[in-house]
Amino acid sequence: MKFKSTGILPGFGLTMGFTLAYLSLIVLIPLAALILKSTTLTWAQFVQEVTSPRVMASYKLTFGASLVGALINSVFGVIVAWVLVRYEFPGKKLVDAMVDLPFALPTAVAGITLTALYAPTGWIGRLLEPLGIPVAYTPLGVVVALTFIGLPFVVRTLQPVLESLDPEMEKAAVSLGAGRWYTVTRVILPTLAPAWITGSSLAFARAVGEYGSVVFIAGNMPMKTEITPLLIITKLEQYDYAGATSIGVVMLVISFTLLLAINWLQSRTGVHRIH
Amino acid sequence: MSIEVRGLCKHYNGFKAVHNVSAKLETGSLTALLGPSGSGKSTLLRMIAGLEVPDSGEIHLTGREATFASAKERNVGFVFQHYALFKHMTVFENIAFGLRVRKQGERGIQDRVFELLKLIQLTGYEKRYPSQLSGGQRQRVAVARALAPRPEVLLLDEPFGALDAKVREELREWILRLHEETNMTTLFVTHDQQEAMEVAGRILIMNHGEIEQDGTPIEIFDQPATHFIAQFVGESNFIDTEVSEKGLAVWGPFRFSVAPSLPVGKKIRIYFRPNDVYMTAQFETLQVRARIAKTRFKGTTIEYKLDIGEDKYISAQIPKGVALASGFKEGGEVYAAITAFHVFPIDAEG
Repeated sequence: MKFKSTGILPGFGLTMGFTLAYLSLIVLIPLAALILKSTTLTWAQFVQEVTSPRVMASYKLTFGASLVGALINSVFGVIVAWVLVRYEFPGKKLVDAMVDLPFALPTAVAGITLTALYAPTGWIGRLLEPLGIPVAYTPLGVVVALTFIGLPFVVRTLQPVLESLDPEMEKAAVSLGAGRWYTVTRVILPTLAPAWITGSSLAFARAVGEYGSVVFIAGNMPMKTEITPLLIITKLEQYDYAGATSIGVVMLVISFTLLLAINWLQSRTGVHRIH
Repeated sequence: MSIEVRGLCKHYNGFKAVHNVSAKLETGSLTALLGPSGSGKSTLLRMIAGLEVPDSGEIHLTGREATFASAKERNVGFVFQHYALFKHMTVFENIAFGLRVRKQGERGIQDRVFELLKLIQLTGYEKRYPSQLSGGQRQRVAVARALAPRPEVLLLDEPFGALDAKVREELREWILRLHEETNMTTLFVTHDQQEAMEVAGRILIMNHGEIEQDGTPIEIFDQPATHFIAQFVGESNFIDTEVSEKGLAVWGPFRFSVAPSLPVGKKIRIYFRPNDVYMTAQFETLQVRARIAKTRFKGTTIEYKLDIGEDKYISAQIPKGVALASGFKEGGEVYAAITAFHVFPIDAEG
């Protein structure tokens, strides 16, 4: 890949400069401040702070539940996007608009609603409780909330790709003797892979940082259903700024590493896009 | 493998895409399905391939009924206009697709793919992705992919439509050679009559979902069966007039003999090709005096717009050598006769 584009449109310097300035102002400077603040601790204090059992448990829950939520979305998001792109049905516009609701709804509202529904006395919780599947105030509840907020990412990134998918390619597969399942798994899904990974990783990233919708349904029991963002808030409320920023830095590093890995994975699946 | 369709119909919301089409293609034949866009030729091709289901009628492949057989059972190779290559797969994997579907051994797949790569002259390109190939190369890969499972019939849907003239010419030659080597029953769709004439031994002309004529290129060119074909195939002058007396029609200074069965006063349309106009600088015989109103250079021929008086014009095409030797000039006086023409009663088309 060439570093500098030699397109007919001028302005590489201008746009690159703007991009760097903007990123610095909005992203890099706050992040630097975060890291700076955490350095008020000694290394030993820092390690102790970020590896205490309660914090470790919260990492596990946050990243684990986010991953599960993203995986669920990656499956159902494809189906939702597929239905919205490929079929005509009454109320399609409505369903299409509904997909964006998790974007628009204040997360606290979502959290309270989900809690009311999944609590042992709620509409859905009432049905699940006798089956021995408590949802509210368990890690499962965290997964439910994180799945809810992540859905639009997968659907919205896949939709345009599905729309531009050449139907002739499917016909070609059929003409070569491929059955439906073979066509879907070998032709359609691999073509979707780059967008799919992007959507799922966006859902994952969003879930890792999610706070509002989770704190209501999680119940926030230390060691069990306490997510890392909540822990950070708790520390802030106790004026433990260094502790809060230390955990923040760890989350930052983990998230960044994961996103980098995902990007790398995506660039590998996207080889055919080179022109 | 022979292909036979009987009374095939396909309608979309009342639109007759294909209507009551019957035809039989012999084993080893190379046939063109020619028609303007929207004439139903692609739909017919897709029904033969099993990509569309007919509303009624039958499809027989080698005498076996295959109307509702799956594409796999038909053993038909299909080439799409816009290649429809699998973008996420290498050239190798694209060609191997049909073999993998049939669960062939890795060894056999390798051999077959490299054999085909050689055939399409793309050896060494197996690791490329379709986006790294030119249009002509992509189309050749698409042909190789269709050929890989050794189909008995090759169907091509406007295979050269998206390519530039030069590449088209090469691929045309290539398909002809391929057909000579494999002798596979081949049917290709085109809207380019030149292409159909050059490549195919037989042409089916479709219009409004029906086959209007089925014949060799020469038959189609010299004996167009309908109005539509007369104006669709090759360039034509057409003039509207009426039968002035039994067996005769007059248009300007020209006189045309028509079938005696046509009643006097019957409206007719007469078609004749610009190269069927015999034009000389000196009066020879039975010619009409005309003035060259316009000259257009067309490469191997020169086209003249002739003013024959009474505000009537015809166009004539003369081989360049003849034209230059005769010294035809714009504004000059010449003598012209129409040596071949076709008469169609006008009400036949409604």
